[in-house]
Amino acid sequence: MALTPADVARLGELARVRLTEEELVHLAPQLDVILASVARVTEVAGADVPPTSHALPLTNVFRKDVVTESLPAEAVLAGAPSVEDGRFRVPRILTEDA
Amino acid sequence: MSELLRAGAAELAGRIATGEVSAREVTAAHLDQIAAVDDRIKAFLYVDGERALAAADAVDAHRAAGDELGPLAGVPLAMKDIFTMKGAPTTCGSRILEGWVPPYNSTITDKLLAAGVVVLGKTNMDEFAMGSSTENSGFFTTHNPWDNTRIPGGSGGGSAAALASFEAPLAIGTDTGGSIRQPASVTGTVGVKPTYGGTSRYGVVAMASSLDTPGPCARTVLDAALLHQVIAGWDPRDATSINAPVPDVVAAARHADVKGMRIGVVREFGGEGYQPGVEQRFAESLAVLEGLGAEIVEVSCPHFDYALAAYYLIMPSEVSSNLARFDAMRYGLRVGDDGVNSVEEVMNLTRGAGFGAEAKRRIIIGTYALSSGYYDAYYGSAQKVRTLITRDFDAAFEKVDVLVSPTTPTTAFTIGERADDPLAMYKADLCTIPSNLAGNCAASVPCGLADGLPVGFQIMAPALADDRLYRVGAALERELTSRWGGGLLDQLAESPSGAYLKVGGVR
Repeated sequence: MALTPADVARLGELARVRLTEEELVHLAPQLDVILASVARVTEVAGADVPPTSHALPLTNVFRKDVVTESLPAEAVLAGAPSVEDGRFRVPRILTEDA
Repeated sequence: MSELLRAGAAELAGRIATGEVSAREVTAAHLDQIAAVDDRIKAFLYVDGERALAAADAVDAHRAAGDELGPLAGVPLAMKDIFTMKGAPTTCGSRILEGWVPPYNSTITDKLLAAGVVVLGKTNMDEFAMGSSTENSGFFTTHNPWDNTRIPGGSGGGSAAALASFEAPLAIGTDTGGSIRQPASVTGTVGVKPTYGGTSRYGVVAMASSLDTPGPCARTVLDAALLHQVIAGWDPRDATSINAPVPDVVAAARHADVKGMRIGVVREFGGEGYQPGVEQRFAESLAVLEGLGAEIVEVSCPHFDYALAAYYLIMPSEVSSNLARFDAMRYGLRVGDDGVNSVEEVMNLTRGAGFGAEAKRRIIIGTYALSSGYYDAYYGSAQKVRTLITRDFDAAFEKVDVLVSPTTPTTAFTIGERADDPLAMYKADLCTIPSNLAGNCAASVPCGLADGLPVGFQIMAPALADDRLYRVGAALERELTSRWGGGLLDQLAESPSGAYLKVGGVR
């Protein structure tokens, strides 16, 4: 299998986690060992076994459609890294050529 | 003072209710103990003495007014820093959330406050509850009160260490793969993972949502039951909360009778990798339960051997999805917002800077396991193993009332020993993970010492049969404490190695 530092960097970008060169070199062999170890799940996962995604057999939990009070906007914005005009301020979302 | 610290929650609540001692005196004594020993233990990330004393005063005022007090009113509690509490910083052990002050309470926080429980502060944990030692905390490592060079377990090591150092008689935690039970085991305290869905996850920072289960931590089985009753129950704000009555766990803890119960020993949990002292204490506990009239039978759960592997695919997959919320936009850290960088670049930089090594490992594994081409082999197979483990439990519970095992294969390891060997660290949760995957309930109770360090005895029961944990746990505790002439932590309090806690010589 052998995950390379380049593979880990690509996975990092997919997950939006920038990893340093040092981290990539350190993580790649560690992740290899972990993945090799967990791969044994395939030994018993036969085609006839249904998957379980959740311990409770629940589908579509509904609640009553009742209006309740929301958190005050100021209380929520107080925790934001950047705020402008009573809204979350975010970095630019479009690229130059978009 | 120290006799207030040594007393259990049930006793303290009783004495506060009769007016023999005030809630303020009890809270002040615990705040003093934190001030005296927490430089050494490092259980707390945040302590709010003013808020705690005000809450205690409110309980005293209710008593003075003749109001009836709840069974835990005025009793101090250490809260794992994964539960939101309005006005108190919540970090979940991560630098990415440093400084965030939640504008709302978790359902469990609301229940605790309504019950008059006095929250002393927030306790240290592995980052986002990922770890077995608190070494993955973004802030510092908590020390085991029994031996300060050793880990207190994790992820809820802060809560367990607060109990064992007599900083608080009650604590709460969350258990995704063993984060309540393994710290309880290595600190000589009691920890319970209720049935999944039995306790609300609303306002609890999510790690792996299909596994996360909040639960009680205490020094005695009865105290854990009293806390369980306060925090459990259906919550319409948590879609996976179970709308069913909470089993009478307090009555079960008081009843403490195992006569005629069938107790199954999981054959797969023992042997290679298990410390001989741990296996010895476990075997002695079985003999104790047999002596109390339980029938001990051996049970095989063949797929439990695959639980660790399945868990380390399912959990990171859910982690990689859940931790996407830390995107530097609405709360927490933001790095690289220089007016030029795009939103994606700011996310990349923030998450690279804000997450620690274990969080990154799990996010990457999850991303890999869920990626097309690998999904069926990894995540898909792990979900099938989850079915097989649930079937093993179902078959076992046809034959026995509860299953038992050591809680974790070893006593507390040394700080640093497994820090750079993730697989060795993961093995601390070998025996606890199956109950998270199947969603049934489980507990750890102290069963003695091996080489001077605590050993935990795990009890597992079917979903919604949480009362059985307390029946068996309390029966074992009653017999062992009568043999020892006190609880396991009384031995620490009275021993030279626990002298620094300054709580000896009072009982």
